[in-house]
Formats: sequence, structure tokens, C-alpha cells
Amino acid sequence: MSLVFYAIAGLTVAGGLAAMLLKNTVHCALALTVAFAGIALLFLELDAQFAGFAQILVYIGAVAVLVVFAILLTRGSETPKGGVFSRNWLTGLAIAAGVFAVLGWAVLGSARALPGPGGTPTAAPTVTVLQIGNALMGRYVLPLEIVALLLTAALIGAVIVAMHEKEGAK
Amino acid sequence: MIETADQIFVLLKQWVVGLLPAGLQPVAGVLLSVVAIIAVFPTLFALAVWVERKALGRMQNRIGPNRVGPLGILQPVADGIKSLTKEDIVPLSADAAVHFLAPVVLVVAVFMGFAVLPMGRNMELVDMDAGLLFFFAMGASTELSVFMAGWSSRNKYSLLGAMRAVAQMISYEVVLLLSSAAVVMITGSLSLVKIVEAQNHYTWGLPHWYIFTPWGCAGFVMYAIAATAETNRSPFDLPEGESELVAGYHTEYSGFKFALFFLGEYLAMFSISGLGTTLFLGGWSAPFSFLGWVPSWIWFFAKVMLSIVVFIWMRGTLPRLRQDQLMNFAWKFVLPLTMLNLLVAGLWRFLGDGWERWVVCSAILVLAFAVMGREGMRREHFGPRRYRYAE
Repeated sequence: MSLVFYAIAGLTVAGGLAAMLLKNTVHCALALTVAFAGIALLFLELDAQFAGFAQILVYIGAVAVLVVFAILLTRGSETPKGGVFSRNWLTGLAIAAGVFAVLGWAVLGSARALPGPGGTPTAAPTVTVLQIGNALMGRYVLPLEIVALLLTAALIGAVIVAMHEKEGAK
Repeated sequence: MIETADQIFVLLKQWVVGLLPAGLQPVAGVLLSVVAIIAVFPTLFALAVWVERKALGRMQNRIGPNRVGPLGILQPVADGIKSLTKEDIVPLSADAAVHFLAPVVLVVAVFMGFAVLPMGRNMELVDMDAGLLFFFAMGASTELSVFMAGWSSRNKYSLLGAMRAVAQMISYEVVLLLSSAAVVMITGSLSLVKIVEAQNHYTWGLPHWYIFTPWGCAGFVMYAIAATAETNRSPFDLPEGESELVAGYHTEYSGFKFALFFLGEYLAMFSISGLGTTLFLGGWSAPFSFLGWVPSWIWFFAKVMLSIVVFIWMRGTLPRLRQDQLMNFAWKFVLPLTMLNLLVAGLWRFLGDGWERWVVCSAILVLAFAVMGREGMRREHFGPRRYRYAE
């Protein structure tokens, strides 16, 4: 737990908070991007280069841009007059607490699965991108293919949605 | 002697770092490399701007800048002083914070890309195991800054330009990534240093650059198309099409912030040319084995500057595309070809070392190009065009 970790963690949490509390939707999206960047930096601090760069490439390069596009193409980026807090915030709170509990349980459980006495981690193994690639193509090829199938289905679905609209307009 | 000339910058750096106390040495080494990158590329930017203005002038039957210094070579200096002293105007309705951050984010993200480019033998800031991924991650971050600039200006031209730019960059980024993936498949590494080393072999004095293989040649052409679109250069400069959008996403920027956008655009050109050089043109390796005595960094910068000249040449030659042509070209023509190219690269790897793989791979690519091109052209209707104007 170094100073760098606290700085990055602070940045990430601040980004997440800002994404929740800011009034302007586009500002929220940009703040969310800061949170994404913080998570990527956390991965890099843990020497997980592949995960860190993939996080930047996918979340900042694609997801953030997609979010921003969606905001601009739907409601417009104007600040709503009636405030940004939803009326059924209690339900939201319950769901958020549930998700946090599951994540916390998973993280605490994984510490016990680590090798070494009493669940304390031994020397961190260095993982190269080559090893990740081999693992994805060997041991984890079935999950990879299932994800690929899902994405292809989503892609075809998007094309069909777009095509239908075009025919109707004619 | 040859060895010293080749490694002169590395030796220089070691000498300077050696003067410092041992505790500071690692930090000083990195800082020195960063300062070198920040000094060299903006200088090249000034040179490239001058070359562009001169060459474009010639192509358009003008003389180009000729007042400041001999042949106008000091024009970039004059431009720099002008943009530093100009008033920095922020529109009243603009989102001041985001408006200020956009050019900063752009330039920072573009500069980061240079960190992994091998600019000569042993001349890279960091040799990352996932260097190529790092480069693309940084490139992806520039899209957001373009959007920030366009949105925060509160100007319809800016917003339209930004939307166009982001749509274009996302579309062509897919092509860029997939055309580079073929190189990764053959080399078996994401490290740019290893990719250059894999190409640094010679047969009969000729280099083993990837552009001299069927899949590499096709990949390079598609990479070049995507790179042009990614850097918003003509003929893909719709996001800043002067005739329709004033200046696109940087319409509302003046003074030094505009200069930063200008710098960012050129630096992106340098870095993407540098990556293209590294992936397909053998990076810092010499084009013939008997030219091996020329320092490696000269080859790298020569190849990059040559790519810049080609960029300028294309800008002077080709007319601008229409938005729908741009999108159709990316998704319906280039993208399927890049996917096919991935398959061909796989075939190349598994067909062995004989002459058969040259014939098979070339035939597949040429056939696909011809068939898809003809199919695409048949659906286009050439002839008089009717326009409907807004009533």
C-alpha cells in the first residue's frame, strides 16, 4: 500500500463520485472516464499490463465515447431542471449494496485460494502477454468462443435494428 | 566508428546519466529520454509544416511562404510567436473547464504514443511487452479529447465536426487494429522492438520487411488508409472540412490552444507513421544489407519523413470524400478485406517455406480485391447527379 496506490485510488473514487453527483450529463460521462482511467492505472500498478491497456482501449476508447454519443443522440446534453436524483433512490441503494456485498465476498474469498501459508500471497508471478494469449486459446477457448458468439449476435441484432428503421422511412 | 555513430544518442545519454549520483540515475535516464522526445518531434513538426506549405503551394501553382528567412524556412518560428501572442478567446457560453482540458488531453495522449516506438537500435523509451497495445490505447484516448473540444465550444459547427471525427475515428480504428494484428500473428509478439528485430534479416542483400509479403503489402495499404483517416488528413478531412464546417471541432479555439491542436494533429501523423514504419517497413533497419553502416536512427526518421511527404502529396492530389462514402468504404470494403488478410496471414504461416504460399496468398488477396471492388462499383450509379436543396 504505497503512496501511489492511495493517489490512484483517490482519483478513481473521486471520478466515480463526480460521475454520480454532477448535474450535467456530459460532465458525468467525462468524470466516469476519469474513474475508468484510475482503474486502468491500478491494473498497471499491479504489473498487469495487458489488463491495464485493454481497460484503456475498451473503456476509454470505446465505452466512454459510446456513452457520450448516446447522451448526445437521445436527450441532449442540457442540464435537467428538476434535479438529477431519482425518486426511488432507496431501491438503487439496495441494489448497489447487494452488488458491493457480492464483490466484497468474492474478493475476500479469493484471498484464501492463494497459495502460501494463511492465504498470504507469495512472490507475484510475472505473466507475459504471450502466456495470456496461450491461455485464452488453450484452456479458456470455450468461454472465449461463447463471448465471441454473443458479440456476433449483438452485432447482427444492431444491424437488423438499423435496417428496419431505414425500410420504414422509405 | 560505425558502431559509435549508430549508438551515439544512447552513449550520450549514458555519459550524461553517469555524471549524476547513483540514486538519481534511473529517474534521470527516463527524464532525459522524455525531454529528447519532446524536443525532437516539435522540431520535426515545424519542419513538416514548412514542407507542407511549400509543397502544397507548388502543387497549386503558388510559391508558398517566402518572406521569413531563405525560402521561408523560418515561417514556423513566426507562426509560433504569432500564436503565443494572440488573444486567447473562450466563448461566453462555452464550458470553460472542458474547453481548456481538451487540447491538453490531446497533446498528452499523442506524446505518450512515442514512448514505445523504437527509433533506432536500443533507442526506445520503454520496451513494453505489450507495446503495440499501449500505442493503440493512447490513440484511442485522443477521440475523447476531440469530442471534448467539439462539445464544450457550444457551437454547431464544432459539435458537428466532433461527431464526424469521432464516428470516423471509431470506424477506422477497427481497420487499423485488425491490419496490425496480422503482423502480431506472424511475429508472435506485441513488443515493437521484437517486431523490428523479426524484420531485420537479409536474403541476397534484400530485407525481410513485412511489406514485401502478400499479406504485408495488403496490410500496409489498409493500414495507410486507416492511418490517414485516423489523423483526419485529406482525403478524409471531413471533420474539419473548411468548405462546410469552418474548422470543425477547433473552430472556437484561438491563440496557443489552436496551436496545440495543430501540434497534436501533426504529432499524431508522426507517431502513426512511426508505427507503420515499425510494423511494415522494417523500423530502423536499412533497405539494403550493404547500407548497414548508416546509423539506424537515420533510417527511422527518413522513413517517417517520407511517409509525411506522401501524406502531403495525397492532400494536394485527392478531393475530399463525402460522409456516406467514408463510412461505406470503411465498413463494406476495407474491413472485410482486413479480416480476409488475417486469414491469409494464418495461411502464410502454415503453408511452409516454399514458393506455393506466395502464389496462394497473392491469388486470394488479388481475387478478393477485384471481386469486391467490382461488386461495389456496380451498385454505384455514375452519371448526372440530382440534388435536393432545403426548402
